[in-house]
Amino acid sequence: MTVIAWIVEGTWPACVDAARIYAPADADITLLYVTAPEVPAAARGAYAGLLGRARPDRDPGTRLEHLASASARQLLAAAATRLGRPCTRSERAGRAEREVVAAAEGAGLLILARDGDRTHLGPRSLGQASRFIVDHAPCPVLLVWPEPAPSVATIPPPPPHPPHR
Amino acid sequence: MLACAVVRPWGWPEAVVAVPAAVVVIGTGAISLSQARAETARVGPVIGFLAAVLVLAQLCDDEGLFTACGAWMARAAAGRPRRLLVSVFAVASVITAVLSLDATIVLLTPVVFATAARLGARPKPHVYACTHLSNTASLLLPVSNLTNLLAFAASGLSFPRFAALMGLPWLVAIGTEYVVFRRFFATDLDAGALAPPAAGAPEVPVFALATVACTLAGFVLASALGISPAWAALAGAAVLAARALAQRRTTPAAIVRAAAVPFLAFVLGLGIVVGAVTGNGLATALGHLVPGGTGLPALLAIVALAAVLANIINNLPAVLVLLPLITPAGPGAVLAVLLGVNIGPNLTYAGSLATLLWRRIVREHDTEIDIREFTRLGLLAVPAALVLAALALWASLTAIGG
Repeated sequence: MTVIAWIVEGTWPACVDAARIYAPADADITLLYVTAPEVPAAARGAYAGLLGRARPDRDPGTRLEHLASASARQLLAAAATRLGRPCTRSERAGRAEREVVAAAEGAGLLILARDGDRTHLGPRSLGQASRFIVDHAPCPVLLVWPEPAPSVATIPPPPPHPPHR
Repeated sequence: MLACAVVRPWGWPEAVVAVPAAVVVIGTGAISLSQARAETARVGPVIGFLAAVLVLAQLCDDEGLFTACGAWMARAAAGRPRRLLVSVFAVASVITAVLSLDATIVLLTPVVFATAARLGARPKPHVYACTHLSNTASLLLPVSNLTNLLAFAASGLSFPRFAALMGLPWLVAIGTEYVVFRRFFATDLDAGALAPPAAGAPEVPVFALATVACTLAGFVLASALGISPAWAALAGAAVLAARALAQRRTTPAAIVRAAAVPFLAFVLGLGIVVGAVTGNGLATALGHLVPGGTGLPALLAIVALAAVLANIINNLPAVLVLLPLITPAGPGAVLAVLLGVNIGPNLTYAGSLATLLWRRIVREHDTEIDIREFTRLGLLAVPAALVLAALALWASLTAIGG
């Protein structure tokens, strides 16, 4: 079976650790990183908005594209080192949540980390992207906390019973 | 001509269209030779000023100023994305104000991306902050933005007075952007950063920093002595250039290239063409829309008009069109135009709707980019920043006097 771990800045070590612990020994592990083309595009757009500076060699968008692909490679290399067993490194580009869901099709397990407000247990601990993936994943999902989970005391008390009529 | 400048057919520099267009409007008598000469006399010093600042920024980069900024931001962040955002806001605001928005977009943005990547933080909030602040933080000084240089020449304000009046709006606009960014990118900023910041104090490019500080002091001194502050910028650029040439770290050709001569020619051509267009009907058409007076409602109306125009035809032509109409209303109104044309471009991607649309239509080979998020950010940040900055300008004008 294939186990996919979604590698994203800030929270990836927890996913790699989970893959090491929970993926069966014979599983093929894929480390998936999704680059956001809109980040270099924003820099390119800002440069395009500067009327009159017709110097393609100074376009910061191109430099950011190179930096982004270098940083993606480094991140995947760091994740592979931490995993410490054979794995496939996969890079996709686009909207992260859509790409992860598409990549998870046919997988045996998808591992991702919570990326919202992680001071409380509860629905806000899932950000927009991870919420979308959990809701749409076409395979089993393993959802991990990037750091030790907050205590159950962070759950607000249940609302009082409605008054009897 | 504007369409050609935006589309840049066959990758031509904009000047290839703007300069012949300027010749045509003079040749056909759309603008008289004396008017064209007056326009050149008006735009000429601005272009010299601009060239000096462009060269200064490039030489500061050669001296390692921007790399040092990256190291400083990484240290200040201490592995926390929210602190990184604060330091990116601080650095981008100061760089934009002192070395112009070109420096932030071309030289600082890649450094910011690399810094975020090195810290293992998600780069998006920090890169978007650079693009937004390159516009919003360009309010403070006449050198911060070409629009300011043009308005500064027309307003009759001194350099220190310009900065004094724009100081509060500058801070308020940046603060508004910061609040919006913190909320908008809460998830990305919560994600944390992993890599410990690099050990060791970064090397500080003392000479470049001292030169920039002296240049800033020179702006104030030049104003006090009644000479153009462009000379201070020129002196600063000359000092750094002489040092770089003496140390054989740059060539005269590289310095000329940094001055972006085609761009300067483009600005001159654009000035003459816009002068002709405004003289032939556009002024009367827009004249009805331009509110009189400098009360708060009038200021808000001017800001809104300038912001809309900047988004339709790009902020450079917008300021050239509006200046002759607004200047009689006094410096307060001119500064209100600057709030609109400087903050406004963040509303639509790429600084101008026209730019975006044209480039999209013409360059179909570009990969499809999702711009909804960036646009949503602009819709949240820009109206708030415009209104609050206008209030701040009104307060400054009331306290200091136009």
